[in-house]
Amino acid sequence: MSFVSRGFQGRRRQDADPSRVPPGQYVTPDYPVLSAGPTPHTALETWDFSIGGEIDDPQRWSWEEFRALPSEEVTVDIHCVTKWSKLDTSWRGVSIDTLLENAQTSAEYVTQYSDGGYTTNVPLADVTGGKAWIVYEYDGEPLEAEHGGPARMLLPHLYFWKSAKWIRGLRLQSEDEPGFWETNGYNNYGDPWKEQRYWGD
Amino acid sequence: MEGAALLGRLTWQFGDVVDLVEETAHVKTLVLDVPAWPGHRAGQHVDVRLTAEDGYQAERSYSIASAPSGTRLELTVERLDDGEVSPYLTDELRPGDKLELRGPVGGYFVWEPSVGGPVLLVGGGSGAVPLMAMIRERAAAGSDVDMRLLLSSRGWEEIVYRDELARLTGDGLVVVHTLTRSQPDGWSGYARRVDSEMLAEVGPAAKDQPHVYVCGPTPFVEAVANALVGVGHEPHEIKTERFGPTGG
Repeated sequence: MSFVSRGFQGRRRQDADPSRVPPGQYVTPDYPVLSAGPTPHTALETWDFSIGGEIDDPQRWSWEEFRALPSEEVTVDIHCVTKWSKLDTSWRGVSIDTLLENAQTSAEYVTQYSDGGYTTNVPLADVTGGKAWIVYEYDGEPLEAEHGGPARMLLPHLYFWKSAKWIRGLRLQSEDEPGFWETNGYNNYGDPWKEQRYWGD
Repeated sequence: MEGAALLGRLTWQFGDVVDLVEETAHVKTLVLDVPAWPGHRAGQHVDVRLTAEDGYQAERSYSIASAPSGTRLELTVERLDDGEVSPYLTDELRPGDKLELRGPVGGYFVWEPSVGGPVLLVGGGSGAVPLMAMIRERAAAGSDVDMRLLLSSRGWEEIVYRDELARLTGDGLVVVHTLTRSQPDGWSGYARRVDSEMLAEVGPAAKDQPHVYVCGPTPFVEAVANALVGVGHEPHEIKTERFGPTGG
């Protein structure tokens, strides 16, 4: 197995640490946008964030209540299944650990749901333990609508389609329920370091 | 659901480069024969992987331009001057070379005759590629579905598939061009960016609930999708495919 694309040199980037770039990815300084439909524009007065499903004490925060929760600044690398990676992106938001504090649940899975109807599923263990945030600032500025504002999931250890834009809540479930891309050919888990892009990867 | 054909693992396979067709000065179509091609649906894409002698690899995604047809597969690629993969595909690749790829990928941005109509396709530049697969699929199936393409290009010479689109026009297919930067002498068509008024004129009207597919650079798709919602199209009937300025 030693196929070579005749005449292909490639252009290895000198400015990116290769150990931070998963297989098949390239580093971009830009911030490409990918979504399956029009960008929703939800007014902050009507925005809320809910945690429901199989949980003893469902929660709901208005925008003001949400913004009053303790927040964290996070700098992480993100990896999109369409092959671009972006290093050292900085965000501000609320840790899922904070949102689930005192939550009593036997659920093992989470469905993220968004304005516009988008859903994506992850194991609960992948959004707890300091691994995921609901973010509302990017690079010190309010998150723009086309990048998922007013608020989106930030779940940087999985491909970025697992970080729902325009997120409105989490549904805790005992059964795993494949979301939008997961029922359209994309991998159910999406680990970029194992290059789990599509079904069967 | 609709992606059932993809349930198996998408393994890397080889295609033989049969031909290269110059569509415009910056855009070429790669005609491939892929012996183990499982078939695809119009609108899907493939991943292409290049390997250098030292083992370094680069991967990118490209939309499929051809309608499903046996082992023949066409990819249309726009050359991005600062790209890593597209200049190789458009400048270096020759008939007889092998190209490693896997697919088809994507079960959402697809149209096939069973989806029916009316259909509105809105493309910006080489965003025409997956839309062309849908137009070709419609023609191959002998479908008379009401399908309209509004294609935004910078100039007359930069319209991809221009002659073929002209040939296929009729029998329910309407093709409308807008030329945003330069227009040939005597041009009487649109000469501006796609806007609400243009979308309303091209139709189909929102009340006819067309299936809408929009593909192009991100700012184009953002503007068109917002305008479509603004003139009353249902957001869930608007499917978008965006590509950023980088990568290629």
